[in-house]
Order: sequence, then C-alpha cells, then structure tokens
Amino acid sequence: MSAPSPPMFTPQAREVALSLGLVMGRTNLEVFADTLLMLAKQNRAVIAVTSDSRGSGKLGPFGQSLPEQIVEVGIAEQNLVGVAAGLASAGKIVFAVSPACFLSARSLEQVKNDICYSDMPVKLVAISSGVSYGALGSTHHSLHDVAALRAINNIDIVVPADNFEAQQAITLAAEHKRPIYLRFGKAAMYSLPSPATQGDRAGESAFAIGKARVLRDGHDLCFIANGETVIHALLAAEHLKQRSISARVISMHTIKPLDTAAILTAANDCRAIITVEEHMIHGGLGEACASLLLQAGLSPKFAIVGFPDEYTVTGAQADIFRHYGISMEGLGAVAAELLAR
Amino acid sequence: MSLTDHQLRQKSLQYRKQVLEIIYHAGAGHTGGSLSCIDILNVLYNRVLRVSPENFGSPDRDRYIQSKGHSVEALFVVLADKGFFAFDELKSLCRYGSHFVGHPTRKVPGVEFNTGALGHGLSIGVGSAIAAKKDGRDCRTFVLLGDGELAEGSNWEAAMCAAHYQLDNLTAIIDHNTLQITGRTRDVCANAPLDEKFAAFGWEVMTVDGHSIEQLTSAFQPASPSRQTVRPRVVIANTIKGRGVSFMEDVGKWHHGVPSKEEYVKAMAEIDVTMKAER
Repeated sequence: MSAPSPPMFTPQAREVALSLGLVMGRTNLEVFADTLLMLAKQNRAVIAVTSDSRGSGKLGPFGQSLPEQIVEVGIAEQNLVGVAAGLASAGKIVFAVSPACFLSARSLEQVKNDICYSDMPVKLVAISSGVSYGALGSTHHSLHDVAALRAINNIDIVVPADNFEAQQAITLAAEHKRPIYLRFGKAAMYSLPSPATQGDRAGESAFAIGKARVLRDGHDLCFIANGETVIHALLAAEHLKQRSISARVISMHTIKPLDTAAILTAANDCRAIITVEEHMIHGGLGEACASLLLQAGLSPKFAIVGFPDEYTVTGAQADIFRHYGISMEGLGAVAAELLAR
Repeated sequence: MSLTDHQLRQKSLQYRKQVLEIIYHAGAGHTGGSLSCIDILNVLYNRVLRVSPENFGSPDRDRYIQSKGHSVEALFVVLADKGFFAFDELKSLCRYGSHFVGHPTRKVPGVEFNTGALGHGLSIGVGSAIAAKKDGRDCRTFVLLGDGELAEGSNWEAAMCAAHYQLDNLTAIIDHNTLQITGRTRDVCANAPLDEKFAAFGWEVMTVDGHSIEQLTSAFQPASPSRQTVRPRVVIANTIKGRGVSFMEDVGKWHHGVPSKEEYVKAMAEIDVTMKAER
C-alpha cells in the first residue's frame, strides 16, 4: 500500500539541511538487506527467518540468491521467534525479520523466554518501526517496543540514525553474543556528520554498540535522540545557532546498554537536555535518561519529546512527526521554552 | 549396555519414587504430570536419545525439549540418573538460589532449553530440526507437550511449519493424560480428536499406551527409509496423571498436589510393592 508521502521537512528546514551539506542516503531497510546478503554470502551459518515479511524486509534478492539461508514461517510471529531460537541453539547466526509492531508484541513472550531467558543470541530485526506505517493505524505502529524490551533482561536495543550506523549495527550484530533488537524504519536517511563520513577511516571503528555518537558539540543544550528523529534534532541545533544557543546533538543509537557517560557529561556541560524518540514518552529513551540523571544527583532542565499517551494521530510519518513536534521548528520551540524557564 | 524392557520398567518405578521424594522434600512440584510422563522420559533417555553428559556439547546429539516444563521433576530425576549431576543435588529443588527451579532451565546440566510458559517448545524444536536438515546431521529432535498445552495457538503455528518443511527428524509427544489444572481437558477446552487434527496438519500420527515401554520404544523408532511421505511425527501417548500411586491416579488435585507425610509414606510403600511384584 502506498500512502502519500509529504516532504520530511518544511522549506525552511530543507534550507538548513542544505546549508549543513547533508546528503540524503538510502533507507536503513535497504542497507540492512544489502548488509545481510553480504554477511550471508560470507558465512553459510547466517540465516534470515521471515514471517511473510521478505518483501517488506527487502529480502527478495536474499531469498533468490541464497534460498538455503532463508526460512519462511508464514504469518506466525510467535513461531518466527521460537524457530529462530531453535536455529540459534544449533549454532546458526539468526536474523529474525518482522515488522516491529508484531515482533515486539505478538511474540513478546517468545522473545522473553526463548531468546532472552534462554540466552540465544538471535538478532531480532524490527522493520517499519515507530510510525513508519503511520497511515495504517495503531495496529501497525510500534511505540511501545523499546519500553517492553527495556524491561526484559538480557537484550540489547539499537536504533540506528543513518546508513552508517545501520550498516555498522547489523555487521556487529552478526557477531554479538547476546540477544539484540535492531529497530529501524522505512524513510530514506540523511548521512549524519561523523568522522567516518568525513573520510576518516579510523572513524569507522568509532561505532560501537553501547557507545553514543556525538554528531555536534554544544554547551547550552543537548539533544539526545535516536533513529529517524536525529536529523530533526540536528537541524534544530543548527537553527538555534541563530538565537545564539549552542546545542550538542547525540545519536543515542543504543538504548540498552545506555551510554551513561555521554549523558552525564552532557548534563554537566549543558544547562538543558531534550530527548527525542519515535516512541511513547513512557519507558523509552527519555525516561531512561531521566532515571540516570536523577539517580546521579543531576537535574538539568529536561524535556522528553515523543508520543503522548493518547490515540496516535495517523498519516505519513512526516505528518505525524510534525504533529508531535518532532521537527526542526518543534524542537527549536521546545528548546527556547525550556531554556527560558 | 542396553537395558531390557523389564529393567526399564523397574527404572520407571525407581524414577517414580525419586519424583515423589524430591517433591515431598521440596514441598512443591507437579506430581501428577511428572508421574504421567516418566515412562516417556525413561524410554527416550535410556533407549532412544543419543544424549549423555559426554556428548552434550556435540552438535550431533539428539535434542529433547520439554515444552510442558512444569513436569520438571521427571526430567531432573532422569537427568540425574543419566549422570548429568548427582541425585543429592535435587535436595535443593525450589530452594532459595538453587538452579533446580520449578521449570527447566539451562543452568541445570542436560537441559536443552528454558521452558515453562506453554506453547513454546514445538517452535523451538522446529528450528532445531530445520538446522539439523540444513547441516546434514542425522540428529533427531523430540518435544514433549501436554494435552492441555495444545490450547496454545502457537503449537499449531509450529505444527503447520513442521509439516511444510517435512521435518521427519522431529517427533512431538503428547502426554495425553486428559487432565489439566481446572479439570478434564474435554471440559476446559476440548481438543479431540487430536489424531485427526495432527493428520490434517500433515503429520504422521501414532497413538500408544504412554506407560508401555514396548509401545513407546516402537513409536520412537526413526522413520523407515522406504516411507511414502516425509512428515513430522506425533506420538499421542495415552497416559494417566499420577500413574503408579493408586490414590493419585487420574485425580486432578495432584496436578501440583504435594503429598503429606502419611501420603508420601503410603505412596512409596505402594511403589515398593509394585517393584517386588514385577521382579
């Protein structure tokens, strides 16, 4: 189903993106599919398990070129995760691929018991996450998944913010010894500034699961964001410069384990912290940061931007983001208000 | 050294006593279901499964996944007998900090998977069996299910998938004791006819007396190379909950009933009489 696709940015925000020299890349989903195919060609133990999701997971070419390394279970997410656990127990490197809304809810007990409690290092690949399926309604939104999984022992959670992070996360996940949940959407991603994309080869090793990526320095305010919201925080930081506000931007791609040092440093350096996530405000990145800060005795001005506890408005992801203030303008307004408090 | 049918029958009686002993000392456990499936585990571990403490790390070992995890006392007793750990360690069953908890956990040597929430084991078994096929290993996977457990829809997702992948290296065993915690399975959520249901899902179906060493042995033999169709197999093992102790047999309250001192002494004496009679 193809829904209308409104522009990601306002004309003003697009101007800011251009001024920063940001380049639109591919969707993280495409990066995932290509990376997985490459990994699977190198190692026959790599198996993709799908629940009628090979199309939505862009795994058509994978299925055609490596039919022996894909296991299709049909529309049966509970079975998807159980089968993935069984395959992993026999030494397979398993990527279980399904839309985030189903993978994290329909099969949550299998994730809890068969993967996490049984310590099977399955890679749960949650595609079309958040409100990627915005127009399809709440059945297809996953705004609960990070909260649900944060409350389960023995699983790491990674939400990459651009193609670089996605490629790195998927590659590292293959060797990861613990269960891991990779979450990404369907939008084309801008390449975010980092040593690696500025031609510094050494920077490529800068990505590590559990290590935040500082995209921009600043000392008045820090945006801590992840996934498809990070670009909006970055534009807001640039926009705020006009008001003489210096904003740091951190891509907190790993929510579990959290890079506590990066958050504490930000709280010591900056007067205010704003977290941004494509998730319910309960139980996600924002609350993880708030909990850390309070327990560390730090109390910067603090705001959580995400989805409120209400029936989520529907439409394209870009429309929904704007509705809830996940935009350059919306985040800029939150920042100005917070700093003036 | 292979054991005779007679020796296995004696072993089942010994296992029954040990199940009662550990449940009595722990003051907790699933007595009825452990006694209904003990003959199945006996035949599997002593006659069928290529599983031992020595080969447990080998990818070629057979797999046993106990989906009806609450009958863990039966599994622990058999694993102790197979030498995975000393029987005395089971004195810590359900005690603070013990890894002998009320459902299977991989912290216990010999346990393949953490189970206990129902409706999980068959999917895990499907994954294990698919992996064996992909690797060209001849190892087999066995999954023990409860009949009440079959109300969990995930079993039927797995059943469909197993037939789709023609997993003739997978055997599901149903401990068909017809009782669950609330009462008769037919009154709680009727699942009959199980044979026709599994046949319709594309499985080879065998129905046996789940307390007969001979019938269980026969049902667990590998598929004949000359078979016409390649299918997963289900063994519907007709059993009696609480089997072996007259006052526990087919009585729902023994699902997780723990014997009093008098009941324990009486039950042990009764099994001793049976052992002597069969000698």
